[in-house]
Amino acid sequence: MDSAVSMPLGEGQVAFHRRSGLLDALARRRTVLITLALIMVAWQLGPRLLALPTYLLPPPSTVLMAFLEQWQRALNAAWITTTVMLGGFIAAAVFSTVFAVLIVSSQLVEDAIQPILLVFQVVPKIAIAPLFIVWFGFGWIPETVLVFLMAFFPITLSAVAGLKSADPDILDLARSTGASTWAMFRKIKLPQALPEIFTGLKVGITLASTGAITAEFIASDRGIGYLLLEWRADLNTPMVFAGIFLISAAGLLLYYVIEVIEHVTIPWHVSQRRDISHA
Amino acid sequence: MHENVTPGAGHGSPASIVLEHVSKTYPTSGGGWTEAVKDVSLTVRQGEFLSILGPSGCGKSTLLRMIAGLLPVTQGRILVAGVEVKRPVTDVGIVFQKPVLLEWRTVLENVLLQPELRGADTRAFVARARDLLVSVGLEGFEDSHPRQLSGGMQQRASIARALVNDPPLLLMDEPLGALDALTREQMRVDLEELWLQSSKTVVFITHSIDDAVLLSDRVVIMSPRPGCIDHVIDIDLPRPRALAGRKHEGFHVAEEAITAIFLERGVLQRSRGLTAAEIARHTESSPATRRQTVS
Repeated sequence: MDSAVSMPLGEGQVAFHRRSGLLDALARRRTVLITLALIMVAWQLGPRLLALPTYLLPPPSTVLMAFLEQWQRALNAAWITTTVMLGGFIAAAVFSTVFAVLIVSSQLVEDAIQPILLVFQVVPKIAIAPLFIVWFGFGWIPETVLVFLMAFFPITLSAVAGLKSADPDILDLARSTGASTWAMFRKIKLPQALPEIFTGLKVGITLASTGAITAEFIASDRGIGYLLLEWRADLNTPMVFAGIFLISAAGLLLYYVIEVIEHVTIPWHVSQRRDISHA
Repeated sequence: MHENVTPGAGHGSPASIVLEHVSKTYPTSGGGWTEAVKDVSLTVRQGEFLSILGPSGCGKSTLLRMIAGLLPVTQGRILVAGVEVKRPVTDVGIVFQKPVLLEWRTVLENVLLQPELRGADTRAFVARARDLLVSVGLEGFEDSHPRQLSGGMQQRASIARALVNDPPLLLMDEPLGALDALTREQMRVDLEELWLQSSKTVVFITHSIDDAVLLSDRVVIMSPRPGCIDHVIDIDLPRPRALAGRKHEGFHVAEEAITAIFLERGVLQRSRGLTAAEIARHTESSPATRRQTVS
């Protein structure tokens, strides 16, 4: 038995302790930061050199100045849009997960619903949005519903895939212990599904911001989406840019919140993944 | 339990597993039926190390799953410890070809999954789990994660997991099948030792003649499709066999007997033969040492 100790360790030993610190991460991001700086410089100088009018392409300094002039209004609108995003997304996350559990726990539910789900996923949700005005009127309800619909499908489908991803052998092993369905779900299937669920959540949150802005284009008199239309009508292109930046920043922030939760929840998975967002 | 010993099976020990005319048919995608296992009758004695040896697709894994109660039999019946198998047998340890450890748990937590799933107080099993990990050679790796272990070490952990509840019966489905040749050699030696220290009944599925002969008290040879028992060979080699088991005359006799059966069934085929010129060319160019090892 002593031979086992001399067995070579796999690459995993190293990988587990990879990504050691903030400095390391910063060093690896230096290259992309340089790229970003170059883009900003080109953007700042480009419009001047080409003599482009501000309403076509304002340089970043003009965008910043415009934002500073009405930052309160813009931030306020961004907050409204973000709450809609978050509300619809959280509803979708909860509902999707429960729905996915139902689908995988009953063959009948799966046969009845899975095909419809796949077809429905192809329907452009934005095309249904005008209907929501008919049904729910203006305001946060149609907005939230659209965000919900956008995020619902990717989260549900990845949660279903995740809940089915446990190895049949480990489930057989669990059956041979006489484990209850609940114990098998809680100790094996659910943890096994978490990486896929988080992937779905990340796709969901990016779609949620698209959903929120679209909903405000169509069915709202507030939020960044609504202001974007107003600013465009005034040919206030710098503020349009500022609005796009704001809402992108909000989306990015929420995305990173999910990443942080993921790191805390499933460190065993995150630590061995080669994720492009950390490269 | 004694009343379930089928006639002719007895070498003294009572039966652990009895298979009576067990068959398994699967529906095929074409609407027909495939006969995976056909009319298998077998008695596994308590404390026996029994191998089921056969080519891929001979239904040996199906047989194991039916014994474990994970698959229903189509015909016949199976008794484990005197009780007819109708649902998953719980007083059993199972080892698969893949270690199937849960990657979010440490090695120790993986071993403790067994009692945990059984709803037992895991604290009572910690000491035993640690002892087992030592005895399978994983001392110092209790708090490692499966990813940090080699394939052989992962399989050792899965064997510890199978043993932690101290089941009287161990079902192993090609547990050495995914390991590299050297690791496999070591694992076989260690497995024999582990078995000798316990008094467990082992049903060991394999497609390796070496593993079957070096580990088993009896080897059940399955014929390919539909899987049925072709021969049962007693392996009467002294234990522990360890690595030295190969030197024993009985090892070669058994290997040749099994090879002969596989040749007869077409599972193995003789080489088509080389011409005298081809052999001569090879022999001339080979160094003397090489000829020596081949002869």
